[in-house]
Amino acid sequence: MTIGLGHYLAVGAILFTLGILGIFLNRKNIIVILMSVELILLAVNINLVSFSAFLNDIVGQVFALLVLTVAAAEAAIGLAILVVYFRNRGSIAVQDINMMKG
Amino acid sequence: MNFTPAGYSLLPVLPEIVLAVGAMALLMVGAFRGERSTFLVMTLAIALLIVTGVVQCWLPAGKLTTFGGSFIVDGYARFLKIVVLVGSAATLLISYGVMSERPRRIFEYAILILVSTVGMMLLVSAGDLIMLYLGLELMSLSLYVMAASHRDEVKSTEAGLKYFVLGALASGMMLYGMSLIYGFTGTVSFEGIAAAAKSGGTGLMFGIVFLLVGLCFKVSAVPFHMWTPDVYEGAPTPITAFFSSSPKVAAFAVFVRVLLTAFPNLVPEWQQIVVFVAIASMAVGSFGAIGQRNIKRMMAYSSIGHMGFALVGLAPGTPEGVQGVVLYLVIYTVMTFGVFTLILAMQRDGRAMEQISDFAGLSRSHPVLAFLTAMLLFSLAGIPPLAGFFAKFYVFMAAIKAGMFALAVIGVLLSVVGAFYYLNVIKVMYVDEEAGATDAVRVELGTVVVVSALFNMLFFVYPGPLVGAATAAAKSLF
Repeated sequence: MTIGLGHYLAVGAILFTLGILGIFLNRKNIIVILMSVELILLAVNINLVSFSAFLNDIVGQVFALLVLTVAAAEAAIGLAILVVYFRNRGSIAVQDINMMKG
Repeated sequence: MNFTPAGYSLLPVLPEIVLAVGAMALLMVGAFRGERSTFLVMTLAIALLIVTGVVQCWLPAGKLTTFGGSFIVDGYARFLKIVVLVGSAATLLISYGVMSERPRRIFEYAILILVSTVGMMLLVSAGDLIMLYLGLELMSLSLYVMAASHRDEVKSTEAGLKYFVLGALASGMMLYGMSLIYGFTGTVSFEGIAAAAKSGGTGLMFGIVFLLVGLCFKVSAVPFHMWTPDVYEGAPTPITAFFSSSPKVAAFAVFVRVLLTAFPNLVPEWQQIVVFVAIASMAVGSFGAIGQRNIKRMMAYSSIGHMGFALVGLAPGTPEGVQGVVLYLVIYTVMTFGVFTLILAMQRDGRAMEQISDFAGLSRSHPVLAFLTAMLLFSLAGIPPLAGFFAKFYVFMAAIKAGMFALAVIGVLLSVVGAFYYLNVIKVMYVDEEAGATDAVRVELGTVVVVSALFNMLFFVYPGPLVGAATAAAKSLF
């Protein structure tokens, strides 16, 4: 069996779905949400790089590098906001983020 | 003058370069002089935004592109960039009061506004998916931090956290859509996508849907509006005013550009999505706001509803529709900015008045301010001859011209429902018993309220220049 584009896309789709489910099914910890976001971005990178290889087009790989850079910045900002929130609230449990509702 | 150091002309991006380099220079000023430089940095930031606007107007006329077509300066981008710059400068202007409270005094505030403005300008000019993504993230990452900028307050940090988690999810989904669009068309440039996407395959349609998810989130359209009320309520009021002005304009601008320049051959496919989102947003915005007691939350639902009305103009995919959208964005920005400035200006014993009941009897203690607010709220409700009426008029006319009668009728009916909660605030101000004395209003806040109310009241006298500019901007997209 040869490994084609479809297989790579399937891996990407599975990782993407795991990331989305990780955000929606997670009832405990915000750090898990941050990890799920990273998982989504990595799924996108797998997609971009595999398309890039199969289309013989370098743009997809450039895009993937830029996504990696932005993902790093996003993780840094997410953790910073999380730390500030923890200092005020003393908890990072998902069910405790409930000051505002409606 | 024509700089081409890397083989690309840098002239079209000159305003962005000026703004980005200026923001970094101001960051240095703040880093070396500490928090006592806060007001200096803010004033210089406003000056920098004005200089950027002047450079933007000075650019040679016509359509300029650079970076291999990924950055486009056409009439549409020029017009909306000026709107974005004015919104950012006005946000800095109304923030002086908040910054004068000791623990809130941070010079990074002005830098974050400048950096997010760079992101918005890139977004408005985006000519390919990479520029779209980078502009959107540069804008959003600064906005997450700004929402949490009152770092000793649970509400503000919770708003930042919610905005960040949902925003990161939305940009992840959008990025997945972009990867599919790239894969199934083989290019990231909007023009290339338009040439390759003659008919919608399954993969491409998935890509478009995911892309729309991200864009709907950024303009807070239903079903991706859940963050809006919480973030609007929790974020500091000047930042809430900012959220409802420049970032909405920039995100909406790219929403329109991507659908009309990258998928002009797939209008029937995306049209049904846009129509659904428009109706759902108008409905949620109108009905959701009725039960709210907090005025910032009410304005959040109002913003969801107004984005629905603006989407009505996008649905036909015609130049008239885009003209309506551009006009709607400008008028909505001015109206909502005026209302948020009023919320910021009204304080009782040094505490912000955020409940609608706090405004009871305002017409007796501040008759002029109450009248101007009433005009702004009538305008938001779309009552002629105020500007808000013309905004709705142009988008509904575009929908009717394109034969979308059902959409226009539903929109008009929902705008009647929406008028209820604006009129309720006016009733509280004019009829209810006075709730107590309010503090003196800061001069710059009063000025912003007066200017935005006068704009709304006098728009019908001389609408020519703005309507003409919006028409020219819309034409340049087609």
